[in-house]
Amino acid sequence: MEQLTWTGSLAGLNIIFLGLCVMLALAVAMQIVVSFLPASDAQEINPDGTVARRGGLAGGLNRAVILLFALLILVVLIYIVAGAFMGPQAGIFGGMSQQMLPVWIALILTFAVSIHFKRRLGFYGKLFDSTVGMIGFAIVMFWVFTGVFGGLFDLLVTHDSLSQTSGMKNKLPGTPLRSPDEGEYPWFLLGGDNLARDVFSRLIKGSWVVVQIAPLATLFAFMVGITLGLPAGYYGGRLDTILSFLANLILAFPVILLFYLLVTPEIVLTGIPNYMAVFLFIFPLIFLAVLLNSRYYTQPSFRTPLLIVVLGIVGWLYLSLVSTNGAIVATDSYRIPGLPGMIDLFDIDPGVLVVFVSVVFVNSPTVFRIVRGLALDIKTRDYVAAAQTRGEGPWYIMLWEILPNARGPLIVDFCLRIGYTTILLGTLGFFGLGLESESPDWGSTINAGRRLLSLYPHAAIAPALALLSLVLGLNLLADGLREESLRD
Amino acid sequence: MGLFILRRLGVMLLTALCLTFIVFWLTNLYPNLEKLAKTQGNFRMSDEAVASYLESRGYLQPTVDKFGEWLGVLPGWVTESETPDETLGRCFAAGTPVEDRPTRCGILQGDWGFSTVFKEPVGKTVLTRLALTGKLMFWVLMLMVPSALIVGVLAGMREGSKLDRSLSTFSIATTATPEYVSGVIFIAVLASSRFGLSPLLAEWGWIDSKTLFLGSATSAMKDANFWNFFLPVLTISLYGMGYIARMTRASMTEVMTAQYIRTARLKGVKFSEIVLKHALRNALIAPFTVIMLQIPWLLNGVVIVETLFNYKGFGWLLVQAAANNDIELLLAVSVVSVIVVLVTQLISDIGYVFLNPRIRIS
Repeated sequence: MEQLTWTGSLAGLNIIFLGLCVMLALAVAMQIVVSFLPASDAQEINPDGTVARRGGLAGGLNRAVILLFALLILVVLIYIVAGAFMGPQAGIFGGMSQQMLPVWIALILTFAVSIHFKRRLGFYGKLFDSTVGMIGFAIVMFWVFTGVFGGLFDLLVTHDSLSQTSGMKNKLPGTPLRSPDEGEYPWFLLGGDNLARDVFSRLIKGSWVVVQIAPLATLFAFMVGITLGLPAGYYGGRLDTILSFLANLILAFPVILLFYLLVTPEIVLTGIPNYMAVFLFIFPLIFLAVLLNSRYYTQPSFRTPLLIVVLGIVGWLYLSLVSTNGAIVATDSYRIPGLPGMIDLFDIDPGVLVVFVSVVFVNSPTVFRIVRGLALDIKTRDYVAAAQTRGEGPWYIMLWEILPNARGPLIVDFCLRIGYTTILLGTLGFFGLGLESESPDWGSTINAGRRLLSLYPHAAIAPALALLSLVLGLNLLADGLREESLRD
Repeated sequence: MGLFILRRLGVMLLTALCLTFIVFWLTNLYPNLEKLAKTQGNFRMSDEAVASYLESRGYLQPTVDKFGEWLGVLPGWVTESETPDETLGRCFAAGTPVEDRPTRCGILQGDWGFSTVFKEPVGKTVLTRLALTGKLMFWVLMLMVPSALIVGVLAGMREGSKLDRSLSTFSIATTATPEYVSGVIFIAVLASSRFGLSPLLAEWGWIDSKTLFLGSATSAMKDANFWNFFLPVLTISLYGMGYIARMTRASMTEVMTAQYIRTARLKGVKFSEIVLKHALRNALIAPFTVIMLQIPWLLNGVVIVETLFNYKGFGWLLVQAAANNDIELLLAVSVVSVIVVLVTQLISDIGYVFLNPRIRIS
């Protein structure tokens, strides 16, 4: 086996790709310059008396940019499609593209179905009217599928993400294995790290960590923020003062200092993360209970069984979440019993729990402030006054009148916040806090790779670019959603 | 106005007290103290030895008492011993005669304590490190604020134009690039002698040194120049810049649709004059508060960048103090950072009122 180049037998395309990139950059630059000149909407009178409007220089440039961009996308698609068929023959990109085949199929299916039914899909369908939103959505879904397929089903990866291979220490991307076993993938597509592990496989395994923790932590932060922010904004008064003071207290804490204080093995020993988990994770339960009760309390015959079923399931999940090995808090000196191991659905590693809890803790005050602001604004609307006149209870108004009308900004912020949470998780990994050091998550990998950065940059660059693209995708998605929600 | 500032100062003081107490409580949890004892004494201490070490150094008093001593409102602990020379106390070194021993020593007396990691008074350590970070922050602000304002104003003066689109995309991209990502990319592309641009440029003879920039800022602590200091400054500024630019853009587009701008245009004022003389002043009110509120966020960036570029400033100090559970140093660090957060909030509120005559605080 020989060393792979980046594009292998597709190298002929590179010159076209580069040429297109340069031309596109030039065209955009010219467009910017031209936009400073006064528009010259030259009009031309045809022989038959009709008037035709010519785009002039700006119009021509505009068309050129669109054309060049389309060509560029086409070339990228050729790289991907040809790579998926030719595999490592088409170089490192080809090899990666072939490994990613399930992701491509899933992406194409998602987009085909969504675009076909977009008029019936409400807010989600509107996303497909905005180019920026679609690009963002594609990037985000790419990483979601990569995480799910690679992390959950063990597809996509070429090697075990933890095992070391002899002779592959700090090897450059595309290096062949010295003596591959039968059926083993014969290359390290993105090279080896300083412990001779495959960077590509770790990258994919790392995406699962992010895809698992970031959206869920953001969701919990939203539950906390909404459950506390709505009454603070709606009732105001002393409740608002106290809650706002507490939120500002947490916000005044430098995030990194808080992480350094909370996410340490010593703090895990004291059981504080468990108490915080017990406190923070109960909010979804309260939220659901109040949500359903305020809506259906006039029909007790329907409400009571509904609440029993829903709260039973969510309560079970809650207890499974907070109890480990049959205890909610277990320290050296005392122990608070929780759900017995038999009916405990899942256990969470204490390192992951403390990361999760601190990320929720850091995010919820900001969400609280946003929800409170929205509630303050919306509670002066006429439909709220109408509901009050109808005699609806305060919780009904908060959860069924105010909350649905605040959904636009909240959904946009949710996307942005997932990105921010991803950055926070990376920060934790970067300082080596929380997750164990061989964990493949991107922050830890960047941390491990940065020591040899100027000699072997690939081990740190790959996860850095991955994290960058995911957060960028989430930002673009949020931008697209904002555009579409403003259009309503 | 005066009352408003007084009330804000009161809340600030309360917040600072609460936060330092939280830090105090977290650092004084028993497992943390145990770690401290083992790193200070020796790693193979038995549990009893740890307890007696902590007992004799006053660590096992109730947290509130210790907090009071740290503040300087309660008298410092004294552990009497049979030989008077070995009597330990919070406020004096071993061997001080009884009459020279002060009773109270804490923040109120101007004593910030003694760092267990650096073996020197905390006040001095924090000041030297703060000066270094001050230098970094100064250059960051010098780079970040003007470029963010320029980008925002250029993008916002013609909403929806090509320039706006390109600059907005640029701002989104920078907000999506945390410091540890951009720093890593910059080092790999610009400061590596084997990869990226530097070998190419060196081959063509465009640069004299081996690399375009230096990937470590340790030498910048003594003598900062463009070569060793630009990358850390750029890394911090870039992440903060996007947000300020987007806020400036939003504020600028709002101003540009205002009635008085339309009037000016109809009267035939030149576009450049409208932007510079009529729009800019009003458009810069909102970014001012954003910039002030962004400063505490820069602290995060400072910690990451100082770790990445090995620049031993305040952020590096925070990491060292937290990693070694150096309680008094950590408290001083958190007091400083909390004060930075609260003071910038106060300035942004007051400044907003001064800049925007439409808002009056009753």
